[in-house]
Amino acid sequence: MSIYLDRDTHVIVQGIAGRMAQFHTKDMLEYGTNVVGGVVPGKGGETVHGVPVFDTVKEAVAATQAKASLVFVPPPFAADSIMEAADAGIQYCVCITDGIPAQDMIQVKRYMMRYPKERRMVLTGPNCAGTISPGKAMLGIMPGHIFLPGHVGIVGRSGTLGYEAAAQLKERGIGVSTSVGIGGDPINGSSFRDILEQFENDDDTHVIAMIGEIGGPQEAEAAAYIRDHITKPVVAYVAGLTAPKGRTMGHAGAIISAFGESASEKVEILTAAGVTVAENPAVIGETIASVM
Amino acid sequence: MDIHEYQAKEVLSNFGVEIPAGALAYSPEQAAYRAREMGGEKWIVKAQVHAGGRGKAGGVKLCDNEHEIQEACEGMFGRKLVTHQTGPEGKGIYRIYVEAAVPIEREIYLGFVLDRTSQRIMIVASAEGGMEIEDISENRPESIIRSTVEPAVGLRDFQAREIAFKLGIEPSLTQSMVRTLQGCYRAFRDLDATMVEINPLVVTTDNRILALDAKMTFDDNAMFRHPQISELRDKSQEDPRESRAADRGLSYVGLDGNIGCIVNGAGLAMATMDTIKLAGGEPANFLDIGGGATPERVAKAFRLVMSDDKVEAVLVNIFAGINRCDWVAEGVVQALQEVKIDVPVIVRLAGTNVEEGMKILAKSGLPIIRATTLMEAAERSVSAWKSDNTTNLKAV
Repeated sequence: MSIYLDRDTHVIVQGIAGRMAQFHTKDMLEYGTNVVGGVVPGKGGETVHGVPVFDTVKEAVAATQAKASLVFVPPPFAADSIMEAADAGIQYCVCITDGIPAQDMIQVKRYMMRYPKERRMVLTGPNCAGTISPGKAMLGIMPGHIFLPGHVGIVGRSGTLGYEAAAQLKERGIGVSTSVGIGGDPINGSSFRDILEQFENDDDTHVIAMIGEIGGPQEAEAAAYIRDHITKPVVAYVAGLTAPKGRTMGHAGAIISAFGESASEKVEILTAAGVTVAENPAVIGETIASVM
Repeated sequence: MDIHEYQAKEVLSNFGVEIPAGALAYSPEQAAYRAREMGGEKWIVKAQVHAGGRGKAGGVKLCDNEHEIQEACEGMFGRKLVTHQTGPEGKGIYRIYVEAAVPIEREIYLGFVLDRTSQRIMIVASAEGGMEIEDISENRPESIIRSTVEPAVGLRDFQAREIAFKLGIEPSLTQSMVRTLQGCYRAFRDLDATMVEINPLVVTTDNRILALDAKMTFDDNAMFRHPQISELRDKSQEDPRESRAADRGLSYVGLDGNIGCIVNGAGLAMATMDTIKLAGGEPANFLDIGGGATPERVAKAFRLVMSDDKVEAVLVNIFAGINRCDWVAEGVVQALQEVKIDVPVIVRLAGTNVEEGMKILAKSGLPIIRATTLMEAAERSVSAWKSDNTTNLKAV
C-alpha cells in the first residue's frame, strides 16, 4: 500500500501540451506512472507522447476511468482547472502551478465543499513538487531516482528540501512509502494534518517525516494531531531559523506573522508533542534512521 | 505589494469608505498651498512611507497654520523615517499627505486579513483603536472581535451589523458602519488584497465614521488582473536589491551577512541559510531562483548577489528536479565568465544529471569549490569566506 497513488492509478495531465507538462509527462511515463490521458481545451483528438488529449476533464474521465489528475495549467486558469477536476469526479488532484492568487484558492476550497466528504476530491498543492510512491508511480516533477521504495512517509511544503531529505535517506539505504508535497502557498489543498492521518492509516508507512517551514498555523495544528492521534514515530525539520519576521521568504506562505509561526516556536511546539526534531537540514536522514 | 496611505484611502473611498479631506504634496510649499485650498483650522501632516509606527517616529504632525505645515514638511522631505517596522536603515520620505483634522469622539481598530486557519477572509475589529493590533491582542485580547466571510455569498449585512453592535456603535450610525465594512470587504475581494487595515477608524463628534489611516497590501500573484493597482508600486520604498530581483523574476530578500546564497526552491534556500549559520557564517541573502534554473537565470542571480558589497563568498546550492544539473552547471560557468566575481564560489549540485553537472564545472578550469552535501557546502563557504587570500583558491 501507499497513499493516494499506486501502480494502477489512472492519471490524466491537465495542460499536457505545455513545454514543462510534456517534459514531465514523459518522465512520469518512463517512471511507470499509468498516464492515460491529457486535457487541453481545443486540442481534443491530438496526442502527446502517445497519450490521447481531451477537451474536457469529464470526457477524459469517461474515456479513461482516470482517478487522479496533475494540473500544469498557468496561474490565471489553474483554479478553474482544479474545480473542473473536482466536478468531473477525479479523486486525487495534484496542482504544480506556482503563483495562483490566494483568493482563487479560497474559491477552490469553498467549491470542493459542495461535494459530500466521501466523494470530495483530495487536492495537494498548489505550488508543490507532487506526490510519489517510489517504485510504483509519480505524479509530479520530482527526480524519481532519488527515492528508494520503503517505509518512510514524507510530507513537506518545499519541493527541493523534500528531495534533500529523500536523498539523505537513499544514502543510508532507507526507502520511502509515499512522499507528498503540500506546497508553499498560504491557502493549500491539504494540510500536514490531512497527510499525517493518511500515513497513520497506511500499513506500508512505519515512520513519518514532516518537513515544515516558517509561517502559517499548519505545523502547530499538526503537532496537536500527532500528540492525540499518531502512534507512529514522527521526525520533523523546520526551515527558516535565520528568517526575519515580517518578510516573505519566497513561498507566499513563508512569512512569520503570529505566535507559533517562527521556526523556533514550531520546533518547540513539535518537540512538546513528542516529535523528534532534526536540528539542521543536513541531519534529516540521520534523525529518521535513529527512530527506525 | 504595499501601497501608501493616501493611495489606500483613495482606493477605499471609491468603495464607499468615508475619509477626511486631504491632498498629496511633493514639497513643503505645495503642502501649505494644499492646506489653504482645503480650508479648516487644523491639519495633519503625514509622511508617506510603507511602514507603520509613523506617529511615534515623528512622521505625523498636527499643525495649526501654514507656517507650521511648511516647517513640519521641511523636517520630513528627503529624510529617512525609522520606525519599528522599517529596520535601522529607514524609509525615504518623498511624498507628504496633508489632511484636515477632524473632531474625534472614539477610535476603533479595523482589519481585514487572509486567515490561514479558516482559509477565508477574516475581519478583525476592536474598540481599542489607535493601538497596534499586536498590543491589543497582548493587553486586551477579549476586546478583539473576529468574523470570517463565507466566500460563496460574501460579507452579509447581518455580520457587519453584528460587528457594529459589538463595537458599541450608536444605532443611528449602524448603517454607516455597515457601509464602511462592506466597502473594505469589496475592495479587499475585488482588488485581490491580502490585508486592509484602518487604524484608527474614528467616530467624529459630528457623527461620521471616517478612516483616519489606511493600509493595503495586495497579492503579487493577482496583479496580472489589476494593472491599475500595479501602477501604484513605489520603488523608493523597496530595498533596491529586492526591486532589481523582482524585476528579473527572482525571489530575493536582503540580509546582513557575508555569504551570498543562490538556491532553487524557497524551503531549500531557507535551509541553506540555516546551515550556513550553523557552520559559523551569516547569510547575505535569501534567493530562490525557482524551478527552471536556466543559464540566464543563474547569471542574473550572480549579478544580483554580487551587487551587494558585503558579499565575500557565494554559495550555489541546486537540487535539480525540474531543472537538470548539467544546465545549472553551464549557467554557473557562463555566469562566472560574464560577471566579474572576485570572491570564492562554492557550488553544490544534487539530483538529476549530477555527474554531468560536476564534470562541466571541473572541465571549466574556473576556481569553483565543489561540494557534494549541504553541510560540506556550508562549511567550505564559511572557511573560504574566513580565509583572507582568495587568489590562491584551487578547485577541490
